[in-house]
Amino acid sequence: MSAASRRGILSRSVLRVWCVLVGLLLVLPTLVVVPISFSDRRSLMLPRGFSLQWYVNFFQDPQWYGAALLTLRVGVVVAVIATALGTMAAMALHSALGQWRGPARAFLMAPMIVPGVITAIGIFYVALKTGLTQSYWGFVLAHTVLAIPFVVVTVTASLAGFDGQLVKAAASLGAGPVSAFRKVMLPLIAPGVVTGALFAFLTSFDEAIVSIFLSGPFAQTLPVKIYASVTQTFDPTVAAASTLLLTVTTVVLILFGVLSVVRERR
Amino acid sequence: MTTNYGVGVELRGLTKRYGDVTALDGIDLTIAPGEFMTFLGPSGSGKTTTLNLIAGFVEPDAGHIVVGDRQLVGVPPHRRNIGVVFQNYALFPHLRVEDNVAFPLRERRMKKADVTRKVGEILEVVGLSHLARRSPRELSGGQQQRVALARALVFDPQLLLLDEPLGALDKRLREDLQLEIKRIHNEVGVTFVFVTHDQEEALVMSNRIAVFNNGALEQVATSSELYERPRTLFAAQFLGDSNVLRGPLQRRGDRLVLQSGTLSVEVPGHGGADPAVNEAALVVRPEKMRVRPHGHAVSPTDNSLVADVVDVIYLGGRRRLVLEGAGQKFLVDEMAPEEQYAHGDRVVLSWRIDAGILVDVHPGGSTPSADAPPSLERATL
Ligand SMILES: Nc1ncnc2c1ncn2[C@@H]1O[C@H](COP(=O)(O)OP(=O)(O)OP(=O)(O)O)[C@@H](O)[C@H]1O
Ligand SMILES: [Mg+2]
Repeated sequence: MSAASRRGILSRSVLRVWCVLVGLLLVLPTLVVVPISFSDRRSLMLPRGFSLQWYVNFFQDPQWYGAALLTLRVGVVVAVIATALGTMAAMALHSALGQWRGPARAFLMAPMIVPGVITAIGIFYVALKTGLTQSYWGFVLAHTVLAIPFVVVTVTASLAGFDGQLVKAAASLGAGPVSAFRKVMLPLIAPGVVTGALFAFLTSFDEAIVSIFLSGPFAQTLPVKIYASVTQTFDPTVAAASTLLLTVTTVVLILFGVLSVVRERR
Repeated sequence: MTTNYGVGVELRGLTKRYGDVTALDGIDLTIAPGEFMTFLGPSGSGKTTTLNLIAGFVEPDAGHIVVGDRQLVGVPPHRRNIGVVFQNYALFPHLRVEDNVAFPLRERRMKKADVTRKVGEILEVVGLSHLARRSPRELSGGQQQRVALARALVFDPQLLLLDEPLGALDKRLREDLQLEIKRIHNEVGVTFVFVTHDQEEALVMSNRIAVFNNGALEQVATSSELYERPRTLFAAQFLGDSNVLRGPLQRRGDRLVLQSGTLSVEVPGHGGADPAVNEAALVVRPEKMRVRPHGHAVSPTDNSLVADVVDVIYLGGRRRLVLEGAGQKFLVDEMAPEEQYAHGDRVVLSWRIDAGILVDVHPGGSTPSADAPPSLERATL
């Protein structure tokens, strides 16, 4: 074996170890909640024995499972609305608008760039005026605003690889605009649309800042409830809740990974 | 395959501007039912723009488009019932070959059994029945273009537009498909409008050729007419090789003479040719010229000059001589060479006066002549 290739292998294994270390650094603090959630002790400490009591508690306390349900219901509807609006916006940015394209894109992206607290204050003000605080639709609307940029980004990426001639071809073959979109464009940009939907769901699902402003005793999302619980009590149910949140997020991310592998294959 | 008869196409004063660029400047063109019409012209001359206007992908700024008896301006493309074949095939990558071809039929809500039958028939015509279940990306370029042809023909359009459909293929395949497309044209009887910027392709394919230049039509004629009687210098030079002599025209007695540098040549006495033109051009095709040894007698019906052989090129069946005389360069093609010549030989170059073609020098200019299309009243919008 030559010196060069030996050096290659060496540097590659160093690189691998380094990646694992960085990965652990990123993930470990988060994973701490997992063992605590199975703890048999009554405070937020590492367990001595195994117990499911905090999960039982989570699903028996309406405050907890109510928050979880609300979060899911909001997340799913946000994913649907943000995907529809974001896809349309991306298509408009892709095909038309001329000199307005740049400003329009910046405007749509703003919620991603403006500091969360500032967005939150704005949304809170509007929600107060319109009576949307502590309401289901208040959460949905606020989260939709935050989720749209993610859909615009992923769908725009898909559209970049889409051959516009196909729409012309479809039209020449007798397909009206709606039919051409449904049968030709949508199937081909589907990966971007689905990815956008997953991101939109995640954005809503773990959103905390705006939700803290919009929440109250009658309506809390899971991240807000977790925050409140940690700051006010030592109840390890919060660890169970966090683990559940983590699981859902991970599952969605794995879905996303599977999707991109499928896309590569095609 | 049901043979349906193609429809005629009428373009009147068709104009399209993009900002300051006039892509198409008031085109008038009549295409006969069932005709194979080729649009030939350099890049940016407006060929694609014209097709896009007929297909309805863009709307004109002025003018009329009539296909069959339908006025099409303002009709969206999906209601025009015109087949289009694109240069890069534009097959739907997520659909199999048979579903690509079935697409226009399903859009028309045709019965399942009929769809299957028609798709089968048209795939037979283009010779791809065995590949029906493949995905487009599993096909070669030539096969993909056949699928595109089948898809554009399966719904029995009365007009088929093809925008450089063979541009992305290599030479051999292109020649095969040229013949294939001609055969299909004969078989289905649909009117074809075929865009190319390859003059040879235009000659192989068409009934008539429309020569585009700079957003206008230079000449519309059959291939042979275009070759033997081009009306403008542009048309003459775009189709085939030519020897061009430029200069002022003069009338000397009953003869018309063109003065090009030190050379003065007689031009055919075109009935109405205007001798006051201060710049005209005489075109002589290389195979109409004759080379003989120096000192050879010349007939009074010929133009002639003394020239030197610069180069001799063998081109398969013919021989091309490159000559220089009177400060100009000449190309001469000989089908059956009688003498051997070499570089430096002095020769007599001649051509029959009536083999010369007097053409208009100015691009886009129109010399009224017998073969001009009947002028129709230009409709105003
Ligand atoms: N969408 C457009 N926006 C602006 N200008 C355009 C557009 N489409 C065409 N043009 C202009 O119109 C003119 C004619 O273009 P067209 O595409 O019809 O040429 P063409 O004859 O098809 O050329 P080619 O052989 O290169 O395909 C060109 O000057 C081109 O730049
Ligand atoms: Mg073109």
